[in-house]
Order: sequence, then structure tokens, then C-alpha cells
Amino acid sequence: MSNDFFILMRSELGIMLIIFFLLFLKVWDGITENKKILQIANVLLLVNFMLGFILNANGELFNGMFHTTNLINFEKIILNFGTLIISLQAYDWLKNHKHVIEFYILLLTTLLGMFFMLSSGNFLMFYLGLELASIPLAALVNFDLEKIKSSEAAVKMILSSAFASCIMLFGISMLYGTTGTLTFVELPHLITGGSLQVLSLIFVFTGFAFKLSAVPFHLWTADVYEGSPVAVTSYLSVISKAAMVFVFISILNPLFENMQLMWYNMLFLTIVLTITIGNLFAIRQQNIKRFLAFSSISQVGFILLGISSNSTMGVTASIYFLIVYIFSNLGAFSVIAIVSNETGKENINDYKGFYKTNKFLGWVMALSLFSLAGVPPTAGFFGKMFLVTAGASKGNYILIIIAALNMVVSLYYYLRIVKAMFVDENKEPITKVTGSTSVQIAIIICMAGVILTGFASVLYDYINSLM
Amino acid sequence: MTNLTILILFPLITAIAVLFCRNSAQIRWTALAGSAIQLILASLLMHSYYAERAAGNVSQMLFESRTSWYSALNIEYYIGVDGISVIMIMMTAFVVLSGILISWKIESLTKEFFFLLLLLSVGAYGFFISLDLFTMFFFLEVAVIPKFLLIAIWGSGKKEYSAMKLALMLMGGSALVLVGLLVTYFKTDIGNGVHTFDLIKISHQHIPLETQKLIFPFLFVGFGVFTALFPFHTWVPDGHSSAPTAASMFLAGISMKLGGYGCLRVATYLMPEGAQYYSSVIVLLATIAIIYGAFATLMQKDLKYINAYSSVSHCGFILLGIGMLTKTAIIGAVLQMVSHGVMTALFFGAIGMIYDRTHTREVEKLGGLLKTIPFVASVYIIAGLCSLGLPGFSGFVSEMTIFMGAWQRPDAFHRIATILACASIVVTAVYILRAAGKAVMGPITNSQYNELTDATWTEKSASVLLTFAVLSIGLAPFWLIDLITPDTQLIMENLARGVLGN
Repeated sequence: MSNDFFILMRSELGIMLIIFFLLFLKVWDGITENKKILQIANVLLLVNFMLGFILNANGELFNGMFHTTNLINFEKIILNFGTLIISLQAYDWLKNHKHVIEFYILLLTTLLGMFFMLSSGNFLMFYLGLELASIPLAALVNFDLEKIKSSEAAVKMILSSAFASCIMLFGISMLYGTTGTLTFVELPHLITGGSLQVLSLIFVFTGFAFKLSAVPFHLWTADVYEGSPVAVTSYLSVISKAAMVFVFISILNPLFENMQLMWYNMLFLTIVLTITIGNLFAIRQQNIKRFLAFSSISQVGFILLGISSNSTMGVTASIYFLIVYIFSNLGAFSVIAIVSNETGKENINDYKGFYKTNKFLGWVMALSLFSLAGVPPTAGFFGKMFLVTAGASKGNYILIIIAALNMVVSLYYYLRIVKAMFVDENKEPITKVTGSTSVQIAIIICMAGVILTGFASVLYDYINSLM
Repeated sequence: MTNLTILILFPLITAIAVLFCRNSAQIRWTALAGSAIQLILASLLMHSYYAERAAGNVSQMLFESRTSWYSALNIEYYIGVDGISVIMIMMTAFVVLSGILISWKIESLTKEFFFLLLLLSVGAYGFFISLDLFTMFFFLEVAVIPKFLLIAIWGSGKKEYSAMKLALMLMGGSALVLVGLLVTYFKTDIGNGVHTFDLIKISHQHIPLETQKLIFPFLFVGFGVFTALFPFHTWVPDGHSSAPTAASMFLAGISMKLGGYGCLRVATYLMPEGAQYYSSVIVLLATIAIIYGAFATLMQKDLKYINAYSSVSHCGFILLGIGMLTKTAIIGAVLQMVSHGVMTALFFGAIGMIYDRTHTREVEKLGGLLKTIPFVASVYIIAGLCSLGLPGFSGFVSEMTIFMGAWQRPDAFHRIATILACASIVVTAVYILRAAGKAVMGPITNSQYNELTDATWTEKSASVLLTFAVLSIGLAPFWLIDLITPDTQLIMENLARGVLGN
């Protein structure tokens, strides 16, 4: 038992140790230099990331409250990896910030919440993880303390998050009322599709759709993304989305196995709306963070498309796409972080003529956007292809026609930014910006990922073998 | 020369080498050397293909190689060539080399320009050698980024609009192709419910008639967008006229042929019954494109627009040849792809050379160029004569073959379509001779034209290269016809197997 405890929960324990270590640093007040703290945090995250690969074990703890499998372990590794890159990319912003340690404590707390959520074997545990993952996020959103927009975003975030949790809890309570249990192992057999259970499915689904910012529950996303600091925006749009998708795959999909048809129809409607409306709104955006917010809504639609196939192929495709998405989205956000930090510019029009002054960053941004648009030779092409392939496996051709046409629309708005950077003239272009070594490392990792993960099928095969 | 991968690796290496060059002279020479060697490689391939066939190798594809790529989805990197792909590769190598030569004087962002040109060629080579539909689709889309950036950055006129229109319309075409490919994929079964993207295996599968009827339009229209299928041809005039010279050559010469090749190799070959079912629609649309393109050209006053609209008309012949579904017509369609590829590259090259010197493309403002810049002007006339189908040039051979093939369909509908298509040749003659007569011959309209200098050595070599290709197809078409006949035969056999067989 005791050995299992340390092995099975090593990711969670690792994060907890880091949190306590940072708290200790804060109280001790020995290291005052921000740069040192940042370096320590990055190294610790790296160690925890590598720790994930050794000592693989499946099993459960606390009477099934906590369980882990190879797949869940891999999902945690992905989240940890993404957080590491975001931490690298936030270096420039945080090195002059007064509350670095608090930032990391809050950030890692949400990560811990996500880990518990993924490993949960029971709705209670799940809910605990969910709240742990969302409440500190609101504080993070408000981390540019003097900005009014940030505070507004934080309030929006906490209110909508609480609302979503309420709805989900209501749904869960109905499930408990009809089945008398909350464990994920027992529930699928007891769910028979009675009318109260249909209602609970709708409520739980709605709660999730809120957190995933799927249409029609997406309206909080854009304001929150725009108001938050760049690092938090990227965390929200990548890590917290990824965690939700993983939960979708590992918990919700098996849970409502007996209500397949209804589950699929709800997904179908959500996918069509999410992809289309996300795209249409993205076209009209002027602020680059808002723009990425809407484009990420449409990406979520594509991920749901993969999930809707409810097969190994779909799950593999979704996880694979999420990794590619982490690389491409964080690549774009790294550039935005550098520019925003050094010049304060966040408007798409400011990026006109960007390529003339910043060749390397121009290509990084362009490659990331092409990857998000799903254009080869970037990895995004493979990710999108596999998602659409999985979506087609059910023979619902209307869905893939809509998805394929939406890829054209999304290409339009991504190309618009590429055009602004490469072609348009600008009297006051963004001056030459470089960013610190730390951000450059993040960019290089992202670009390597964007270019290589597609050609090398190793990653896809590995995910497939975890199933 | 049996490892085909080198055909895509070599341009890729050249492109990467270009990135490491320090000044524009190095960049140009690297690109030139790379594409010259690529032409040699392509010739070697053609030579060994002939040798292999002469030695009695009758397998459908030669130099095949197969590597598992995404094994869970049964996606393979599967390559191989038959006669049709060999001549397309040969054509691509000619156009790429001359495109690089023509762009010798590009000054702004030289490195990016040559890198993107080479990347575009990687896409084309990869497309022509792949036999796995996924790989093929991958290479089809690789060209999106280079096309967009080449036009948007180095183009002229309303370049941003044209680049965006081109990228979106081609992406729309790919989206249709994607849907078609996925449905096809899930309808195949090579045992134990395993699906396949393998072109050859799919051609042996019997895809149900209903599916073929559903999917054929997606595949054909999807690829058709690339090759200016009416009414999806509107990207052609804008795209071609805004693009820089080399990009126009690549777009019209190579990129539009990807579509024709896809229509033939994927849509028609894999969906024989679908092709028969929709044959009359294709013939109708192709005839409209031919006539409409020809008459629209009559109204144009800009040299590039003239050639762009005439491309719509000429590519209509490719689709007409495929739509007729007779062996001769399909051979003609393949010949037309090659012929139009080199001819239009020559044409755009000549227009580029004229524009670089006179800084105008308006037919009205030009005149008397034959007196001041005889070489450039003659190139323009040669390209024009080839375009209007003068015997001895490639255009005559391919269009004649298509008409012969089309005439084999005896019913009134096909006869009328054939006659209308033939009649368009007269219109072609009108606009080509008018443009040549006004812009190239006649009195010198602008005294500044007296100071113009004739073609540089790079422009001369590019023109000579393409003229050589045009003439050799025109004078010795039997070489190519021998090369592609066995493969066309296979396509015909697949068509004849269809339940709707004629």
C-alpha cells in the first residue's frame, strides 16, 4: 500500500512538494531575486515532467477514489509539459513582477486540481479537483494587478465558472438520486436512460461545455482571454482546455455508454455550432488574444469531432491533436508574449510589417498559425486530418463536410494575420524584439514540435499503444 | 535511379541549402544548380523507366517502395511511378528550372523567394510519385503556403486579394477532396475491417455504385478547382496575373496539372462507374470552360490576363479529354497537361520578360517589340503559335488527339461538344494573333522602347529550354504516347469493368 501510494500519486506529490517548497521560499525570504526563483521553478517543473516517465504503474487508491492508468499518466505528462513551456514563456513578464511565488503557487494548484480530476474514480473527488482547478485560475486572470480589464475578466471568469459548476452539480445530484452511487465504475451499468437521467446528462454536459467554452456556452471566453496576462491566457486556452478534454475522454465518454445515441446527437449539435460560430466570430476580431480565443473555440469543436467517434481512433486523434495544439498555440503565444511584454501592442493591426523587423519571430508566428489552420507540412495538418478521419468513421458525412468547409474559413483568418505580418506596410512597425533565452527555448521546443511531430509517427503510435 | 524518394528529398535539400546561403548570388546559384540536377535526375528516371519497360517489366507501377507511416490508420508512405507520372515529373523539372532562371533578378527577400519556389516544387514532385491517397493529399496541400506567400509578397496589382482568393478556393477544393478521400477510405476493406488509402488496392476493391455516385462529384470537383473547372475557375485569372513571373509559371504550368492528374488518377480511375455516370456533366462543364475561356480572353487587354483566361480554356481541354472516357481522348488529356504545362510556362516567361523591360502589360501601350528586343518578342510569338495549336508545336498534338478521341463518341451530345471545342481554336487564333500583332509587331509606339536591352543569358536559357520541350513534344509525340498508352489502357480496363460500361 505505502509503496503504491508514492508511485501512483507521484505526479500529484511532486506538484505538492513544489508548492510547499515555494511557500517555504516565500516565508524564508532568502532568495529575493526574481530570476533565481523563476529558474528554480522551471527546473522543478522539468524534474516533475521527467518523473512522469519513470515508474509507470496502474492501480487505484483509497477504495477507488483515486486511480491511474498509463493513459492518464501520459495525459498528466502532457499537462506538465505544457505548464513548463508556459512557465518558460512567462519569464520576461514575471522577472519584474512583485508576486512571482504566488503566481507559481496558484498556477501549480490549478495543475494539481487537474491531476486529481483526471485520476478521480468518483464524482466527489472529481468535483474537488474541478474546483481546485478553477478557483485559483480566477486569481491568476487578475494577476496584472493594476489593470481594470484584468479584474473585470476575473469576475467574469469566477461567476461563469461557478455557474457552470452549479449546473454540473445539479446534474450529478440527479444521477445520485436515480442510481444511489457516485463511483465511475458502478455508474455506467446503472444508467439506463430514464428521463431524470436524460436531464442529468444534459446538465453535466452543459457544465462541461461551459468549461470547454463550447458554443453556446462560450461567451465568457473572449473577455477573459483579452483581459488576462498573456501567460494566463495561454494557460487557459491550452492547459485548462486540454485537461477538460482529457476528462471528457476518460470519464464522460464511458459513463454514458448506455445513452450513446443521445450523447452523440448532443455532441453533433455542439460540434457544428462550436466550429462554425467560433470561426465566424474569429474573423471579426481585432485584438490578437481575442482572436486566438475564438479560434481556440473552433479548435475545441474539432477535438469534440474526434471524441464523437467514441473509438480508440478518436481518442488517439484527440490526444495527438492536443499535443500538436499545445506546440502550435504556445508557439503563437510566445511571440505574442514577447511583443506584448516589450512594446505593449496586442492589436492585429500592430503586427503589420512585423516580418520586416523580426524575421525569425515572423516565421515562428506564421508556422504556428499554419499549424493551427491545419496546413502541411506542419503537424497541425496531421492532427486535423486524424480528427476528421475519426469523425468520419461513424459515417456521418454531413459533419465532416461542415468540418472540412470550416477549415477553409479558418484558413482565411489565419492567413489574414500572415498577410498583415508579411505583406502590409506599416509606418510604425513593431521594433526588433528578441525576448530572453528562456522564451527562446520555449519557442524552439514549440517549433521543433510543430515541424517534427507530424512526420514522425512515433508519438501517434505511442498514444495508440496506451489504449 | 530506383529510389524515388530522392526526387522529393533533393529539392528539399536544395531549399534548405538556400536558407544557409549568405548573399543573393549564392542563393541563385544554389537554386539553379539544385534544379538543374533535379532535371538530370528526372531524365535519368525517364531513361530507366524506358529501359525497365523495354526489358519487359509489365507491372503497373515501377520503382515502388512502401514504408508504413501511421500504421494504426494503415497510412503508408507508398510511392511508385507509371508513364503518366514520369512525364509529369519531367514536365515539372523543366518548368522549375526555367522558373528559377527567369527569376534571376529578384532583389527583395531573395532567400525566401527561392525557398518558397523550391518548396512548391517539392509538393508537385511528391504529389506525382505518391500512390497512397493520404500522402498524395499531404503533398497537394504542401503547396498552399508557398503559393499564398509568393503571390502576396512578390506579386503585383491587387496581389493580396488574388492571393487570398487563390488560397481559399484551392483550400476549398482540397476540402472537397478530403471528404471524398475519407468516404472512400471507410468504404474499403482489405480484410478484418482494415481500411486502406492505397491507390492500387482501392482500384481492385469494388466500391458500391451508390457511394461512387455520391463521392465522385466531391473528388472530381475538388481536383477540378485546381484545374479551373467551370464555375470554379475564377481564381485563375486573378491569381496568375497578380503572381510574379516564376510563380505564374509554376501555378499554371505545374499547380493546375495537379488537379488534372488528380481528376484522372483518383476520381476517374478509382470511381469508374461514377465517372461514367457523370461523364456528360463533365463534358458540358468542360465545353463551357473552353468556350467561355476563349471568349473571355477576347475581351482582355492585359497580356497576363490574356494568357490566364486562355489557360482556363486550355485546361478545359484536359477535362474534356477525361470526360469523354475514350482511350484516345484520355491520352490526349495527358498530352495536353504536359503540353500546356511547358507552353504556358514559356508564355508567362515571355510576358514576364516583356513586363520587366517595358513596365507595362497593356496590349494597347506596347508595340514594335520585335524590332527592339527580337529574342523576347520571338519567344512570345513561339508561345502564341503553340497556344493556338500550330502543327509542329505541342499544342497541336494534344488538342488533335483529344478531338480524335472525342469524335469516337458517336451520339449527338458528344459530337456537338466536340465541334464547339474545335471551333474555339478559331477564337484562340484571333486573340493570340491580335495580341502578337499589336504588341510585338507593328510600329514602335513608345520611343523609350528603342533603348530596351534584349534577353539576358538566364532568360535565354530558360526560353530555349522550354522551347525545346514544346518542340520535342510537337515533333516526336510518339515517344510520350508510347510511354502513357499502357497506363491509359489500365484506366480504360477499370472503366470497362464498371456495370454502366458503354
